[in-house]
Amino acid sequence: MSTPGKFPLRKTIYWGAHYLMIAAFVAFALFPLYWLLKVSVTPNDILYTEGVRMWPSRTTWDNYTFVLTQSHFPHYFMNSVIVSGCTALFTCIIAAITGYAFSRFRFNGKIIIVALMLITQMFPLVMLIAPIFRILAPLGLTDSLTGLIIVYTAFNVPFATFLMQSFFDGIPKDLEEAAMIDGNTRFEAFRRIILPLTLPGIAATLGFVFTAAWSELLFALMLVSSESASTFPVGLLSFVSKFGVDFGQMMAAGVLALIPACAFFLLIQRYLVQGLTAGAVKG
Amino acid sequence: MASIEITNARKSYGAVDVLHGINLDIQDGEFIVLVGPSGCGKSTLLRMIAGLEEITSGDIAIGGNVVNDLQPKDRDIAMVFQSYALYPHMTVAENMSYALTLRKTAKEKVSAAIDNVAGILGLNALLQRRPKALSGGQRQRVAMGRAIVRQPQAFLFDEPLSNLDARLREQMRTEIRKLHRRLGATSVYVTHDQIEAMTMADRIVAMYDGIVQQVGTPLEIYDRPANIFVASFIGSPAMNFLTGTYQATGNTAAMTLDDGTVIPVLATPNASNGQKVTLGARPEHIDIVENGSVPSVTANVDLIEPMGLSTLVHVTLAGKPVKIFTLARPDLAIDSTVQIAFNMDKTHLFDSESELRLPPASEPHSSQPA
Repeated sequence: MSTPGKFPLRKTIYWGAHYLMIAAFVAFALFPLYWLLKVSVTPNDILYTEGVRMWPSRTTWDNYTFVLTQSHFPHYFMNSVIVSGCTALFTCIIAAITGYAFSRFRFNGKIIIVALMLITQMFPLVMLIAPIFRILAPLGLTDSLTGLIIVYTAFNVPFATFLMQSFFDGIPKDLEEAAMIDGNTRFEAFRRIILPLTLPGIAATLGFVFTAAWSELLFALMLVSSESASTFPVGLLSFVSKFGVDFGQMMAAGVLALIPACAFFLLIQRYLVQGLTAGAVKG
Repeated sequence: MASIEITNARKSYGAVDVLHGINLDIQDGEFIVLVGPSGCGKSTLLRMIAGLEEITSGDIAIGGNVVNDLQPKDRDIAMVFQSYALYPHMTVAENMSYALTLRKTAKEKVSAAIDNVAGILGLNALLQRRPKALSGGQRQRVAMGRAIVRQPQAFLFDEPLSNLDARLREQMRTEIRKLHRRLGATSVYVTHDQIEAMTMADRIVAMYDGIVQQVGTPLEIYDRPANIFVASFIGSPAMNFLTGTYQATGNTAAMTLDDGTVIPVLATPNASNGQKVTLGARPEHIDIVENGSVPSVTANVDLIEPMGLSTLVHVTLAGKPVKIFTLARPDLAIDSTVQIAFNMDKTHLFDSESELRLPPASEPHSSQPA
């Protein structure tokens, strides 16, 4: 009767080790976030004096109050919401239509277009700053949110298109053909039958593009000079002054900046999980 | 309901010709089965009728109107897909009513139509379910229901039964047939399964390589196949083929197989002495006989497959495998020899070069190759 007891023990160890490893990974991944939170609630006077501690002896909301009431941060924040939201929206619309075309139609030059779109993904972005600046400046699009939205959309469309294409590939062509026979035009079939089925894919794409735009610094820094058009990653830099870095406020701003991204993912996570798996089994 | 006329319809993808000038007249209310191996163009032809593929040249007319340039939605046809193509985000009822709602049919009319069709197909209990929650057979029924509800000019079926298991397939075959008798709708049914073709069709259109090989009733096609392809494709177990040369003296004729074996055949006016011909004999038209009772030839027994009702005997004749179908249960040993006799009236001669059938002098001309 010794063997039946052995298996549960072995299983316990196996699952124990399993969860331990997952926990270790999660701790490793989330630790910087924890530190962000910790520093944001640490009063300035003990930030450097207490040494390395997991939690400060005193906590304060002062950093948050300052950031929300006395800095330009709320303004940067709104700018970021506008830029990221619009970028995600426009990119998704373009990527959905392009991805559908790539998935369903055979047309001349398809390979060339796909290759060109892939090539755009190969350039180091730094190389493109000067030419893009030269293009946008005469159009009056530097130092403006519109300029940023256009640039972000342009950069995200290729990848988002491939993403959307793989989702459309996963939906049988028969469905829109059935709809077309039932009385839809191709566009109606796309809108009424295919789009609802691609919601997970659209959510995944939205999430991807939104985060990319939300955290973009390079172009935001180079194309925008005025405070009125700055996004929050640029704004974070304003906490770095010539003589020091205000870590407490910077971290508080960082925590606040996480909120919309988290909220956004919370909103789409139901579709996202489906979407990611749907993409995974595809092919 | 309407007739469908296809006139010299061609389809090419770039330089590749898929259909080489198809001519076909489908009568009002007829059940036509397009049959052929994969890649023969049967599905392409169906999709061209549906408007899902463009017609490279030629005309397709439904109910007398040329529909070449009409969108699928304007052709008033319904189609049942191999994958069923049910809308996954809609319930069974929504799936079936989709086409009617698009046509802005009054709500009461829609629900009456759905109730009626659900009654015919036994779908009443499933109307509020999503396709995900249905079995393969039920999905198939819903797909049929979606087509029937619309009362279209014509039904198109694209291998609708090939995803079902054998038993269900047999059952649905009968049901579709009964349904057709009840609705009397013009139907075009694509399949690669010759049994479906034989059992369901009013007329079969046998296709190969983008060309219509023969059009005829199932029995015409079975009894008088136009060429070697049709002969080999229709019938299960498949027809046996033996090659040799034709010899006729007066009213009697015979063919000499490659190993010198001589088999008597019906004389045909279309073959000359010494011409290379292929003998086609269905397994049920070869008999196992007692030595010397009728003109017979000797073959070697390779394999015996008892199937209960019947037995399939595999033998070798002139180096070629030959299958014999018999309702008897012959007492044979593997590797022994057996005397077999060909039923001369039922065997076919084909020209080995053109592969066309050489009808015997005694046969009235009825079924024509297209």
